[in-house]
Amino acid sequence: MANPTFAGREYPADSPYSVGREKIREFASAVGAAHPAHHDLVAARGLGYPDLVAPATFAVVVAQRAEAQYIQDPEAAVDFSRVVHAEERFTHHRPIVAGDELVTVLHVDSVTSRGSLSMVTTRCEIFAQGENGGREPVSTVVSTLAIRGEDS
Amino acid sequence: MTAQTGTTPVLADLAVGDVIGTRTIELDRSRLVRYAGASGDFNPIHWNDAYAGSVGLPGVIAHGMLTMGSVIGLVEDWAGDPGAVVDYQARFTRPVPVPNPGTAAVEVTGTIAAIDAEAGTARVDLAVTFDGQKVLGKVQALVRLA
Repeated sequence: MANPTFAGREYPADSPYSVGREKIREFASAVGAAHPAHHDLVAARGLGYPDLVAPATFAVVVAQRAEAQYIQDPEAAVDFSRVVHAEERFTHHRPIVAGDELVTVLHVDSVTSRGSLSMVTTRCEIFAQGENGGREPVSTVVSTLAIRGEDS
Repeated sequence: MTAQTGTTPVLADLAVGDVIGTRTIELDRSRLVRYAGASGDFNPIHWNDAYAGSVGLPGVIAHGMLTMGSVIGLVEDWAGDPGAVVDYQARFTRPVPVPNPGTAAVEVTGTIAAIDAEAGTARVDLAVTFDGQKVLGKVQALVRLA
């Protein structure tokens, strides 16, 4: 059963994730996102973006990295072999673009258990780091995992 | 109606119930491996039959995030601007088993579910099915339009 004392925990900003053009192209191809703004700089700039635009679910790559701080902590008792992804939500304050340096603050919003089933909800607040050290909100990623108990 | 390349939907022309389009997404094992690499999600239930069986699955299943990430292309292409998708959510209600060899065909239909003229947004709900059964629930994309 997932450790309920982790609810409400906040993890400080992790090391920056540098969003690269080839990573955006690779991810877009993997999900079949064919829109030229993911692949072609001229097309992206034509839509007013400074660089290639990430697909709507690209933030999962950044979020997963932050969530690992919690999920891989043995004290959290999240048995990954019993985890089923239940829900995901992306709120984009602005699109992620190549060249962004993203840092993520991870929140464990809730940890609940009913019988042998645990549900955990994490929230990643993703910010772009400016050259002056400022932070601009980019995306909020809320992820809910279900963890089946040993006897189910 | 389905938007053609070069035409951009205008909020004032939309009505709740309009179908923005339909699409079939073919998932095979190579797509799963490719998504694993691109996303960094290397959970073996998405590429190893023996492991998937050992945790009670019928076999390798697609990443829920691959299905979610693939079906939104319909909305991005319709909007004409991938950055117009300002909010996107889904529930993973049923796994999509991916055979070897072969493909799993996921069907998606997008429908205008709500229009907020003041906010300049339309909500597109996606019906996502495999084998006639829903595999994602509450699949909603909020799109900013002119």
